[in-house]
Amino acid sequence: MSMGHTKHNPIVRALFNDDDIVLNAVKDLRSNGYHISEVYSPFPIHGLDEVMGLKRTRLSTAAFFYGLTGLFFCSWLTWYTMISDWPQNIGGKPNEYWALNMPSFIPVMFELTVFFAAHLMCWSYFAVNKLYPGAKAQNPDPRTTDDHFLMEVELEGEEADLTKKLQELGALEISKVEA
Amino acid sequence: MFEFKTKTKQLAIALTLLGAILWVVGFALNGSSSHDAGHGHDAHLTEEVHIDARYDAHAEEAHDDHSYGLHTEEADEYPGEAHASMIAAYGSDQVNEVHDTHAEEAHADHIDNSEDTYHTEGHNAHDSHAAHQIANRPWSALYVAAIFFFGLGIGQLFFLGIQYVAQAGWSAGLLRLMEAQSFTIIAPLLVIAILSILGFGHVHHMFHWMAEGIHIDGHDNFDPIIAGKRGFLNPTFFTIRILVYIGGWVWAAKTLRKYSLMSDTGDGVLMWKKNRGVAAAFTVFYAVTSSTSAWDFIMSIDAHWFSTLFGWYTFSGMFVSSFAALIFLTLYMKGQGLMEWVNENHLHDLGKFMFAFSVFWTYLWFSQFVLIWYANIPEEVTYYMQRFEQYKVPFFTMLVLNFVLPVLAVLSRPAKRIPGTVVMAAVFVLVGHYMDHYVMIMPGTVGSHYGFGLVELGPILFFAGLHIYVVLSSVAKAPLLHKNHPMITESKNFHQ
Repeated sequence: MSMGHTKHNPIVRALFNDDDIVLNAVKDLRSNGYHISEVYSPFPIHGLDEVMGLKRTRLSTAAFFYGLTGLFFCSWLTWYTMISDWPQNIGGKPNEYWALNMPSFIPVMFELTVFFAAHLMCWSYFAVNKLYPGAKAQNPDPRTTDDHFLMEVELEGEEADLTKKLQELGALEISKVEA
Repeated sequence: MFEFKTKTKQLAIALTLLGAILWVVGFALNGSSSHDAGHGHDAHLTEEVHIDARYDAHAEEAHDDHSYGLHTEEADEYPGEAHASMIAAYGSDQVNEVHDTHAEEAHADHIDNSEDTYHTEGHNAHDSHAAHQIANRPWSALYVAAIFFFGLGIGQLFFLGIQYVAQAGWSAGLLRLMEAQSFTIIAPLLVIAILSILGFGHVHHMFHWMAEGIHIDGHDNFDPIIAGKRGFLNPTFFTIRILVYIGGWVWAAKTLRKYSLMSDTGDGVLMWKKNRGVAAAFTVFYAVTSSTSAWDFIMSIDAHWFSTLFGWYTFSGMFVSSFAALIFLTLYMKGQGLMEWVNENHLHDLGKFMFAFSVFWTYLWFSQFVLIWYANIPEEVTYYMQRFEQYKVPFFTMLVLNFVLPVLAVLSRPAKRIPGTVVMAAVFVLVGHYMDHYVMIMPGTVGSHYGFGLVELGPILFFAGLHIYVVLSSVAKAPLLHKNHPMITESKNFHQ
């Protein structure tokens, strides 16, 4: 999420134990001009993307085109296998050309649309997030997979000010990482 | 609190009156112009009669062959073939010709094999059939509009019931609008009831099963298939059913409204619980009556044909168009500067419901179609043959309007949160489902004598005016905020 930032400030990590507190802390820090580079959470926090100011994912747009690809692929597949290469006569349905027999292909067209959209979406998601078999965990603290929440804030100005602010906002542990 | 201004009121009344006048004028013109057509365009009329006769011939074959086991050689040989090529015909002119020949042979054979007396009788029957169809048009047009506007009300009545049964929180701020919209079932239901009574009196001939002597063996009108359905399709039981529907639905609409209003001055939780009970009872009642009413109101027009999922198909069409109407109502209220607690998150959910049920309608449409198309059983397939041939344009247009366009318009998340795109999809859905009801009702009542003129436009304006009047006057009678609803805060804080 810190992609596109040219200057590399040191990162301050703050650990919390409640999602509502994290949400408020993000709101508060951002209104004070801090940049939140990442939040780690064991579950999705409703509304967090909005208060962090993240751009909306383009995965849904991609999904539409993946689905369309599936639809076209299936149209070609049914045409090639059922009409063109080896015409199939099933139940006496007209098969002179594809459109005549199209209603019988709708179920499989639907299925392949869903199949393409779902699978390609999954793979896109893995690729964008650099998840592959054997990938190293990007998680700085394993407790965020259980019951804790970790926020990474870029340090601007005095470190003591930010530490004080984070403590007021309910952070349990605060640590600094050099970029 | 919404104020129903005199100007708006006058507009709604003017719309209703204009609609009524247009229909009456159209009715008068329909009578005279049909005579002209009869004399002036003989060839044209004969052709139409011929097309109708084809469907009749097939219907007759169908029961000869399948229902009654009266197997003849011809009957065994050609119906399947003729139908197979017929159903293919929608894509191919060449096949169409083949089909026509088959159909004509079928018809000719049928007549030739009959006694001479039967021949003459049959011919007369076809002529009077065409005259009936022309005379039916104003009644059918009124009926299509009544069913369509009834759907806008019953859909929201059912949705209101679901809100209580499912203990939904997000919608609490919209309940007053749903309550108001559910009252719009009353006027169309009265028109539907009156039209049934007129049908029993043979004023119109929309319902073939209501014809005199249709169940009496040896009578001129005798129809063995309809006679077999006499246990369900008879005037007494039909009247009882309509009364039960009206009673149950209007009771639910009034009672849900009553407790809702009582909660404003009383115990919100108690009234909510009472309404949940009413809604649970109504939901079960509607689960049955949504199907049976669809059979009665619409499917019984094509009394030879049946489809087991017709009830759900009709319901889904009514449900999705009622969401379109609710979206208009909500945005109208927002436009008046009211309901500040309703925002794009609520619109998003209404858009999702409309989108989802538009897809659900398509799913049922396709499920009904593909099984009939694939099985190709003569008595089933006649229903779609007529729609593919005589009603090609409205039939395919309504498929695009009800599925393709709404899907493309409100598929993405941002589109469901912008009033403009949601309204656009709502317009597609409303126009599309009027056409859907048109294509369900008209082929069985007027055959090839359909069109869109004064008699169709009049009832639309008439019911639209009534709809606006009933909805806005009900909305104006109570505060828009259901303030003691137990989940009203949840609705106000709703976001996604």
